Amino acid sequence: MSTRVPLPYTPKVLELFRNPKNLGKMENPDAAAQAGSPACGDVISLYLRIARGDRVEVIEDAKFESYGCAANVAAASMLTEMIKGKTLREAWEVEWQEVAEALGGLPPVKRHCSILAVGALRRAIRAYYEHRDRKPDWLPEELTMAEKQALEEEELIERMYGGRLGRG
Amino acid sequence: MTSDVRRLLEAHGRAEREVYMDNENSGQVPPEVVEAMLPYFNQVGYGHPSITNRPGWEAFEVVQETAEAVARTIGADPEDVHFTHSGTEANNLAILGVARANRSRGRKIVVSAVEHLSVILPAESLEDAGFKVVRAPVDEEGFVDQDVLAELVDRETVLVSVQTVNHEIGTIQRVRGLSEVVRDKNADVIFHTDACDAYGRVRIDADAMGVDMITLSSHKILGPKGVGVLYVADGVRVEPVLRGALSSQPLWPGVENVPAMAGFKRAIELAFEDFDGANGRVSGLRDRLMDSILDRVPDALLNGPRGEERVSDNLNVSFLHVEGEALTVELSMRGVYVSSGSACTSRILEPSHVMLAIGRRYEEAHGSILFRLTRYHTRDDVDYVARQVPEAVERLRRISPLGKG
Repeated sequence: MSTRVPLPYTPKVLELFRNPKNLGKMENPDAAAQAGSPACGDVISLYLRIARGDRVEVIEDAKFESYGCAANVAAASMLTEMIKGKTLREAWEVEWQEVAEALGGLPPVKRHCSILAVGALRRAIRAYYEHRDRKPDWLPEELTMAEKQALEEEELIERMYGGRLGRG
Repeated sequence: MTSDVRRLLEAHGRAEREVYMDNENSGQVPPEVVEAMLPYFNQVGYGHPSITNRPGWEAFEVVQETAEAVARTIGADPEDVHFTHSGTEANNLAILGVARANRSRGRKIVVSAVEHLSVILPAESLEDAGFKVVRAPVDEEGFVDQDVLAELVDRETVLVSVQTVNHEIGTIQRVRGLSEVVRDKNADVIFHTDACDAYGRVRIDADAMGVDMITLSSHKILGPKGVGVLYVADGVRVEPVLRGALSSQPLWPGVENVPAMAGFKRAIELAFEDFDGANGRVSGLRDRLMDSILDRVPDALLNGPRGEERVSDNLNVSFLHVEGEALTVELSMRGVYVSSGSACTSRILEPSHVMLAIGRRYEEAHGSILFRLTRYHTRDDVDYVARQVPEAVERLRRISPLGKG
């Protein structure tokens, strides 16, 4: 039985924390979303610039902001790199495991960082289509696991806080 | 094959200048302390302190002299000084040992809400055995109020545990007043104080403080890791928690860590030889660091009290809109070594219970950073940290979506 707590970080996480790619807020993004909560200790904001081609939308640029641990910053940075140049449909298919893997394998205690990043991306993609009042067939009605997890984290902390959660 | 840790360290690199201020969690042992330990690995006293041969007796001499050194500095009898292998073990012994030995007298335990987890968790583990555990609340600076504590103590109460100094925010509790009101309510209560973060910085005296049990730890006064102390006043019944073979410590089996005790004894001598002078200098440096950080960094909150009721070497600040673990890593890459009360750091995804007990909101707790200085720090060290912290916070605030209006 192995019960020792593994290292929280990988060299790749440190590298991206030190030099994050695609950092910063985007002016007038075509889609944007946020996931997580300050009370939980992690928030990812994602901004997408989308080029509309012939019946496909391609992510031309992606940027992020992150409040959270070094793995949170690295996961958001890695995700933006992974989705640039992808169609929205391709980007929708990116799973949190791929993000965790690209970071050199995140230990269990840090996996929620990659789940949160994917949750933010899927929210942004939904927001993009909702804003345009259309829904492609490949976009599921039901929330996916990553979206649910982001929502759960946000709701959980609100329950834990009760009346103490400041809204400001 | 290169291990994961080695690769991580290589990716981290080493800053040109390093200042270690995580002395709360552990730290560098001064050379004269290491020197005091070395003979006991293989020259003298390498035997078992309970065995009847010369190296054993040499080892026993170390145990005895260390007990005497401890006793002198806490106003106790050396016979009442019991060694464990850590402060955590001593706290577990205090809580579990007293509860089990005195259960016929009552089943209520009162601990302050800001105790170290090595007090709170053993206490709460007794709930399965029918004990009622109450956490005494604290005010926003971490103080337990006398009247509030007295209110919680009743005829059923066997044990009250309130630390002398808080390990995160440096609050010096008014232990004497607390033990008095507790005894007024119930003269039979056993009063324990975890003094790990007070020892060497605040004067400890068992009688003057009116306490029955005191926990101390070697590595909190720049001694080596591996020695804890539980002082137990004569007449207090404590049941052993661990069972094992012979030891000169009836309350805690396992061969004594004799080299570490020799180091602990030297660390005690060093801590007490210029007690007031050294603590005065440390608190001066701490104030310089505190003022500098609070002046230079907007949206920074001091956690814990100011002035005489804060221990000399502690500084704890919450930096809003940044997460503490990220800040410890950012500072680490800049050669500044500190720790955080954030949820991430705890690895159970709950922020520090101390921060929550003093009324900090979750996001304020997540951004808390603990600095603990020692008498070896210089003004240059403090000024280096005071320059790095604002830059590190500023960089993480640029990354963060929070606090931007």
